[in-house]
Amino acid sequence: MTDDRLSRVFAALADPTRRDIVARLAVGDATVGELAEPYDVSVQAVSKHLRVLEDAGLVSRSRDAQRRPCHLESGVFDLMTKWIERYRREAEDRHRRLDAVLEQMEEAPETESRGSGAAS
Amino acid sequence: MSSTSTHHRNETRIVADPALPTIVITREFEASPERVFRAYTEPELVVQWLGPRRLTMRIDEYDARTGGSYRYVHAEDDGTEYGFRGVFHEVRPAERIVQTFTYEGYPDGVSLETAIFEDLGGRTRVTTTSVVDSIEARDAIIASGMESGLREGYERLDDLLAEGV
Repeated sequence: MTDDRLSRVFAALADPTRRDIVARLAVGDATVGELAEPYDVSVQAVSKHLRVLEDAGLVSRSRDAQRRPCHLESGVFDLMTKWIERYRREAEDRHRRLDAVLEQMEEAPETESRGSGAAS
Repeated sequence: MSSTSTHHRNETRIVADPALPTIVITREFEASPERVFRAYTEPELVVQWLGPRRLTMRIDEYDARTGGSYRYVHAEDDGTEYGFRGVFHEVRPAERIVQTFTYEGYPDGVSLETAIFEDLGGRTRVTTTSVVDSIEARDAIIASGMESGLREGYERLDDLLAEGV
């Protein structure tokens, strides 16, 4: 997944209504009309949100001409999870350095201040 | 959205709530809260672990007391420096550190970071919550982690394992 694609995904999810729509689609497919029901907005407004989600690859529409239910593309979320996993690995890397520091502190005699930092 | 894995006893866990501009990082350490607190507040210890591996970390100021401030830089081999600074809102020994955090290259972005040290009986759980001003800013922070994470990730880990850590 390219950075550009990723920023589109995150931009799409930056809107609370669109996050709501995603949450509803996670439960099951739904039509635009069904998605519009809980909101105080027009079907057109919801369609606009859905287009943003579609452009980001988060949602697809079936070709069934009658209902055209919206479907959540969960594969995209798997990719996002991988993205966060890389961030986590960097934090883990930092924490393992901290593990090593803590281990050294144990070996070193417990003097109040290491070196003469306060006096310099 | 969260991420975790179970290979190592003390794995870092990250939670980035899709609906909130926060990052919550949890990790346990084989040391008392007092000792972990020292590693978080004494500059000569902080400098040994906080910076990314491929950059050199230099601390200009690290006055980890309530009302104190800090500034440090991460420097590339070619001399390019990235500065970070903030103030310690509250430092409660072995319990809690609350500080602001700003990357000087983007001074409008300020996050509030709270680290809590939990005593697990000789071991310590540290939970760090970062609150930024928008979900977009949060995502940008995670994105920047990806770039450097890709470069260093396992490489650094292998080194540490080779050192017998």
